[in-house]
Amino acid sequence: MSDTHAQSVGYVQRSQIPPSPPPATEAGAVRWVRENLFSSTANAIMTLLGLLAIYHLAVWALPWILNGVWNADSLSECREILDGARGACFAVIAERWNQLLFGFKYPSTEYWRPTLAFVLLLVSASPVLFSKLPRQLLVLTALYPFVGFWLIWGGSIWVPVFALLGIVAGYYAFKQLERQSFAMGLIGAVVAAALFWWVTGFVIPDLSRIIPISLPEVPSRDMGGFMLNLILGTVCISLSLPIGIVLALGRRSQMPLIKWICVIFIEFIRGVPLITLLFVANVVLAYFLPPGSNFDLILRVIIMITMFASAYIAEVIRGGLAALPKGQYEAADSLGLDYPQAMRLIILPQALKISIPGIVNVAVGLFKDTTLVSVISMFDMVGMIRGPILASTDWNGVYWELFIFAALLFFIVCYNISQYSQWLERQLDTGHKR
Amino acid sequence: MTDTATEMTSGRTDQMQVSDEVAIEIVNMNKWYGTFHVLRDIDLTVHRGERIVICGPSGSGKSTLIRCINALEEHQKGSITVDGTVLSSDLKNIDKIRSEVGMCFQHFNLFPHLTILENCTLAPIWVRKTPKKEAEETAMHFLEKVKIPEQANKYPGQLSGGQQQRVAIARSLCMRPRIMLFDEPTSALDPEMIKEVLDTMIELAQEGMTMLCVTHEMGFARQVANRVIFMDQGQIVEQNEPEAFFNNPQSDRTKLFLSQILGH
Repeated sequence: MSDTHAQSVGYVQRSQIPPSPPPATEAGAVRWVRENLFSSTANAIMTLLGLLAIYHLAVWALPWILNGVWNADSLSECREILDGARGACFAVIAERWNQLLFGFKYPSTEYWRPTLAFVLLLVSASPVLFSKLPRQLLVLTALYPFVGFWLIWGGSIWVPVFALLGIVAGYYAFKQLERQSFAMGLIGAVVAAALFWWVTGFVIPDLSRIIPISLPEVPSRDMGGFMLNLILGTVCISLSLPIGIVLALGRRSQMPLIKWICVIFIEFIRGVPLITLLFVANVVLAYFLPPGSNFDLILRVIIMITMFASAYIAEVIRGGLAALPKGQYEAADSLGLDYPQAMRLIILPQALKISIPGIVNVAVGLFKDTTLVSVISMFDMVGMIRGPILASTDWNGVYWELFIFAALLFFIVCYNISQYSQWLERQLDTGHKR
Repeated sequence: MTDTATEMTSGRTDQMQVSDEVAIEIVNMNKWYGTFHVLRDIDLTVHRGERIVICGPSGSGKSTLIRCINALEEHQKGSITVDGTVLSSDLKNIDKIRSEVGMCFQHFNLFPHLTILENCTLAPIWVRKTPKKEAEETAMHFLEKVKIPEQANKYPGQLSGGQQQRVAIARSLCMRPRIMLFDEPTSALDPEMIKEVLDTMIELAQEGMTMLCVTHEMGFARQVANRVIFMDQGQIVEQNEPEAFFNNPQSDRTKLFLSQILGH
């Protein structure tokens, strides 16, 4: 064909032109710089100003960081070592490392316990976070609250064991009564668990004497440091999510009483600053309790923060529920699914997926808000820095180093939460954006 | 037009016997949205095996009527009896009726977070307590019937509209319903895909399923229906066998409606 055609066209390409690289100005880094940093005069000026700013920041901060002193026993020793030069005194972090992490009262011989509890937390949270892991691992997750409690607070092993058994008893009561109705099952479960705990309450002291398996007890007021932030953050986030879901569903309920209870709770809690709730937990709640009763301070704080976060999460989830098309509810109804089934299988999986960014937003905010407990004289990370460390004669005046360290720790945790949530959103995307 | 009409009537699928057994009985049913009177004195008896097509202008209450039958909408006056069960506000009663009555929606309403197979097995497993394996076999059987078994492990978002509607039909059939309701099943589809859905519905009709269809597919009505019901302003204006209905409408409103939709 090309033979006959060659005549009429008058030109035939006899050889293949070998591929050659594009001109240097159009390839790789040079092209990227040209397109993104110097595409116009204004852009070029901005780029140069930006570089100047970065340069000044580096000139100011780098010597301070690089000159940092890591081995010293006090601020004055730091200054002697620096001998007039500008430099950070990171020695405070090294010297007070344990205090920053565990608080200043947690017995140092027991540091392995919270550390182990933290490692176990990562292990037992993973089956919840990664659905590809075998489902049997969820047993670890279910056991963790009891193991974690025992490790951190110590005391007789029988307390968490019977707490766990009480919940198991409640679960069986629920299974028995569920056939009658969901509400009956729920009431039965609560009654069974409460009864179980009440009865075993008499047994525990004797049992602990006969079979004494226990760890040295650490009271709540001795908890502190970043450990306290992690305890409050983990417990409050994991409690406020289910409570938030219930509140969100309650707010959309057809039953006026339930609806109004949820609306009033959510609106009231959202309208009050967290710090006042914490003061209430610290001071006012004691007035309402019978005199002499010893209601754990951490427990009170957990209740308050959980209430606060669950009100926010409820509103986030309500947004997710409202975003679902009405047809999803109707399809579930028309197949004969009852309300709990429709919610659990159809509505919530979709609504929660939509709500992930909002929920993570609340979770990250909540985790950082745990530092507010320093105001009611609990020695969390910030409380430790502001109190025992900065007030000591050795380290009075070391602000930057300590607060940068605290910020860095919180940043690492929050950034990872955020990265996880973005990964989860991609995982759950089944490509149905229609 | 008469030519095509006779042609279609000759192709009618009338082999099916309509039994005397009553499937749905609606007596003097009324419904209001707030103060707006949507359904007025509806009386309708559907026998087992009957195929009824309901048509009418938009806002005439035809969708509301069939949505009342499986209690997606509540009626305020009169009674609805489905398969001998009187529809009351008792939730157990409603769930029982809903599991006997299948429904297909205009916008399919498949569950986007579940695969096609999971969409089909969900209700049998949770409502009928069918073992998972058995439910999956049933689901595959019905997916083969609607001719998309190869899509079983995809998500609804990956399917075309016609395929999604056929999955929705299969999903309803997996509950082994005795009555099927169709709420404008082809209105949201491209012309090319309407046929594949209608074919599925015709096949279903040939097997003797009791069907109530809200649709504007008049060809389908001629070929499949035992009875065509015309509604306007919340009332049943006219009902008749398809041939009589299309060739010799009685009321002026029906004549106007037919001239509008068959006009070109």
